[in-house]
Order: sequence, then C-alpha cells, then structure tokens
Amino acid sequence: MIYFDNAATTLQKPPCVAEAVVQAMTTLGNCGRGACAPGLAASRTVYQVRTKIASLLGCPKPGQVAFTANATQALNTALFGLLKPGGRVIATDWEHNSVLRPLHRLAAERGVGVDFLPAGPDGALDYGVLPKLVRPETTAVVCTHASNLTGSLVDLEQMAAAAKAYGLLLIVDAAQTAGTRPIDMTALGIDVLCFTGHKGLLGPQGTGGLCIREGVDVRPLLAGGTGVQSYSPGQPEEYPVRLEAGTLNAHGLAGLGAAVDYLAAVEVENIRQKEAALARRFYEGVRDLPGVAVYGDFSVDRAAIVALNIGEEDSGAVSDALAQDYGIATRPGAHCAPRLHRALGTEQQGAVRFSFSWFNTAEEVDQGIRAVAELAAET
Amino acid sequence: MRQKQLRVILTFPAAVDAMAMESYGAAHQVPGRLIPLPSAVSAGCGLCWSAPPEAREAVEAAAQEAGLRTGGIYELML
Repeated sequence: MIYFDNAATTLQKPPCVAEAVVQAMTTLGNCGRGACAPGLAASRTVYQVRTKIASLLGCPKPGQVAFTANATQALNTALFGLLKPGGRVIATDWEHNSVLRPLHRLAAERGVGVDFLPAGPDGALDYGVLPKLVRPETTAVVCTHASNLTGSLVDLEQMAAAAKAYGLLLIVDAAQTAGTRPIDMTALGIDVLCFTGHKGLLGPQGTGGLCIREGVDVRPLLAGGTGVQSYSPGQPEEYPVRLEAGTLNAHGLAGLGAAVDYLAAVEVENIRQKEAALARRFYEGVRDLPGVAVYGDFSVDRAAIVALNIGEEDSGAVSDALAQDYGIATRPGAHCAPRLHRALGTEQQGAVRFSFSWFNTAEEVDQGIRAVAELAAET
Repeated sequence: MRQKQLRVILTFPAAVDAMAMESYGAAHQVPGRLIPLPSAVSAGCGLCWSAPPEAREAVEAAAQEAGLRTGGIYELML
C-alpha cells in the first residue's frame, strides 16, 4: 500500500516513537501528581516534551506550551478562551471545521461576529479585503497556516502585520505545517499557535497543544484536577496547568518527544524540501493529463498537498479506485473544509487529496501519477 | 518515620516550574530535590524543592537565574 493521506495523519512514524510510548506505558506514573519515582518520571518526560516543542516552534518558554488531545481541542481552547460576548473575529475561507464549528458555536452562544477573508474561484485569498473586515469590536484573527485541502499557505507575515496594525490577537492553526516546515511563532508575531502531534510532527494520535505568547490571557475551557492548589475552587492561574485539567496523555507525549527528537536530527527544513519535491513531482506529472483539474497555486511555496479531480467523476469513486485497483490511499470528499470547496466549486464533487510525507518516495509518487493517468484515460 | 531535619523549602505555583527547577538544578549542581508539598506550607498537593538550610541562597539564586515563578521559601523540620 502506498500511503498518500498524510494530511489526515502520518501513518509511518520513526520506530523510536512507538518504542517511547511502550517504554512510557510501562514506567510512567501520572504527570504532576506526587513525588513518587514513576510520577516524577512522568513529570520529567512531559516537561522535556514541552521544552522540545517550545524550541521547535519558537515558543518563548516551555511553560507556555499547554498540551491537549489534538489541534481541534487546542483551537477550541484558544477561541473559547479569548473571544468574548459581542466581540468579532476574522477568519478565512480556508479554515477547517476545527475552527469553523467553534466559531459557529461562539456566534450562536456568545454573539461573537465572524468575518471571513474570502477565497476566489481559484482558491486564492483576497488579502486586500483584510482592512475592511476590521471593526471596532474585532479582537482577533484566526487562520490556518496551510489549507488542508489545497496545501496553499496563508501569508502569515501579512496576517501578522495586519493583526499588529489593528491591535488584534493572531491565532494560527498549524495542524498541516508543524513539523513539516520551520515555524518561529515569536518571529512571526503569532499570539497562539495550535498544533497536532500526529501529522507532520510524526507523533501519536491523541497529542497536540497550543503555544501561547506571554501576556495572552486564555481562559480555561475545562476545569478539574491539576495536582496543585487543590483547595482552590478555581483553576490555577498559571500556564500551562490552567489549561490542562485532568490527566495528561503522558504516554502519547513521550512518543511525541521522541518524534521531535527525530525531527531535530533530520532537520525540519530537510523535511520541507523533500516533501515539496515529492508534491512538485506529482503535480507536474498530473497537471497536464486530459480531464485532470488540480486546485491551488503551485507557483509559490506550499504544503505537500495536491488536490485534484478527474472530469466529473465523484471524488469518492476515484479515491476508491485508487485504493482498490492500485493500493494507493488518498482522501476524497470535503476534507472538513466547506468554505473552500464552495469557493472552488467542488462542493458536490469533492476532491481527491494526495498528501505526502517524509517517508514517501519518488517511486511511490510515480506510481501515483501512472494510476491517475490510467483513471483519467478511462474517463 | 525518619528523624526530622531542618530543610529549606521552595514552592512553585505550577508543576512546570518545579520541573524546570529540577532541570536547572541538575545542570548547575544546585543542592536538593523535589518532594511532595508539605502540608505545613499549604494544604493540598504539588511539588516543592527541598534542600539543606545552608543551600538557601543557592536555591534562591538558582530559581531567579532560571527565571522561574516561585511561591515562597520556608525553613521547616521535615
């Protein structure tokens, strides 16, 4: 099987990840709960992972890294913790439902207004509209770093400049980019960076978190046990514990720590270059095939994702043919990105998403090209 | 029970600071180790740094140099 669904989750991980999880499951107690040897081992492990994540993503301090189960929980924490009743937020048409659905709920329950930076029929965002979206009640911008549908990158420098100019918080969803391209949240001017551990970071599912600039006040989404200040009725004020009610996934985080060690050894920039080369090879192999439509701008730097359709064929049928006849795993349908599909005119057809990882090879890509060519020829 | 000895206790508002203290202490040979928070300091739970009383200045300096958030520093018979 050839796995080209790395934007959903990376299937192949470095062996050290599973080894670290197994080791953790047989040795770690509960992080932040007591000073017995297994408990301290868990606390040390989690602290080391905070340190590694902070270093990888340009977060100023390990204590500003709060762990969650995934990027969705991190984004919910950031959005519900920062947006107040009657306020407004700017998002983009590229957002995943991990942003859109919390915003819909905030609109319904808190009267939070949402303004969208629009995408055109070619999928491109119209940054010129951005200043016009800022209103007196606007307090934040939330945007993905890369579209999980097309792989196109949001111009974070432009978003950060606008956020700074208008005094807005900048919340970034790095689900598709953490681990696959260098990110320095401090240099980029990001206030809250949300990430998942199981995609480009090559860690286990059930890991993720948010990196928070010092001075940003995120109210806790959850309340509960923390291992400290037990007689206080409220959550502790201090990061990261204020956002980490309940037992952390120390076993998974141990795996994430091993994955980040691996990324540091191979270097994220090398990963970016290899994945970009694989995506470019695939794009160039399919873009001129008769009946094949490819989405997004390939003239600029981008994430290693190529979304396409073949004629009027349902994307699910194409993806199923790839899986059944060629052993190639892709992702069809809507990709939890309804607004961008509407902009692209692919709401009904969906699209077939090929997403590449560090562990894919040029030979696999060439097999993918041949498969698409054969399917296109049959259509 | 062990015989009680005078110890200097440094407390932290969150476990992440306690872990940072341990990491810094290991790298800079700061005397002491993490122990459960004594109830004489605060009811509840958590971790604190316990060191011999003569290491008080070194412990305080280490926490400051490491940029840690701290609660208080105490001398207790533990």
